[in-house]
Amino acid sequence: MTVSDIVKSFGLKIRAGKNRLDQEVRGGYTGDLLSDVIAHSRKGSIWVTIQTHPNIVAVATMKELAGIILTGGREPDSETLRKAEEEEMPILVSSLFAFELTGKLYQMGISGMG
Amino acid sequence: MLKTYRADLHIHSCLSPCGDEGMRPRALVNQAKAMGLDMIAICDHNSAENTAAFISAGDARGLKVLPGMEVTSKEEIHLIALFDAQESCAALQNLIYQNLPGENVEEVFGPQTVVNERDEAVGVNRRMLIGATLLPFEQIVSVIHSLDGVAIASHIDRQAFSLVGQLGFIPEGIPLDGLEISPRTSKEEAKSRFHPYQHYSFVWFSDAHYLEDIGKSTTPFLLEETTSKEVKMALHGKEGRRVMEA
Repeated sequence: MTVSDIVKSFGLKIRAGKNRLDQEVRGGYTGDLLSDVIAHSRKGSIWVTIQTHPNIVAVATMKELAGIILTGGREPDSETLRKAEEEEMPILVSSLFAFELTGKLYQMGISGMG
Repeated sequence: MLKTYRADLHIHSCLSPCGDEGMRPRALVNQAKAMGLDMIAICDHNSAENTAAFISAGDARGLKVLPGMEVTSKEEIHLIALFDAQESCAALQNLIYQNLPGENVEEVFGPQTVVNERDEAVGVNRRMLIGATLLPFEQIVSVIHSLDGVAIASHIDRQAFSLVGQLGFIPEGIPLDGLEISPRTSKEEAKSRFHPYQHYSFVWFSDAHYLEDIGKSTTPFLLEETTSKEVKMALHGKEGRRVMEA
């Protein structure tokens, strides 16, 4: 499954990194405490969060995540967008809240730590 | 002449929902004096409505009290703001009140008591002071600086509500004046754990919510006088002012 498949399935809005949506999604991680995401997320995962600060791009890049989905309709800060374009990191926006979106991703076959 | 002043610049009063009801001006100032402190700051969550009473109580007993606040950013990061002028602190409070949603639920979060300098309750703050403002962290830092205040990231060694916990690391280029380390992390530990941030000054304050915790953790500053302006100079090592080794 690719980032693009997820975008299409849930009608996500693409805010950055539109040329990198062909990336394979190998898993998922949901969390808003960035130090926790640094500690536990895995390469190739899609990350579900409400954080909109520019540091999310740095964390996702460092951990080689497939992309970031902001939930509850939250929009990225302008500096976050700039950094995401620079790093070609997909930033997507969902109107769903984290619990629903994570559940749906799981149902699609994206697994967590297991 | 430069002198060493022992400071605890992060103390909550009974206005903070989590602050003990005993954290009232006379009692708190007496305890700070008993602990041998030269300077304290009252930093309640997202409000400075008690600072005037504490400053009067401090004046009456010869203890310097700075008006301050512990602001919560929209990323849920705590940030200490310190000022010399009450008006500056009030200006920051105005901006915060315009950006602080919700009402306090006393049974859940605790009472938010406004007091006078005689330790008497004179009112209750109804806002949800424990909540987060809608303001981004970096904007709050720049507002504090525009009001000539000092901006110190709170307890960066803690997971909860800290700059490092919430954002994973300190973004480059934030003009913070210093980083606060909580009493639970020693100087040696902090030096190795936060080595990448050593270009900032580290300070230790108590973050006291109870009388007995006041002065449990302090930072000595070499200053000309006990003002936030001098503290800021010390944090940046200017004109001989500096943060002393404890």
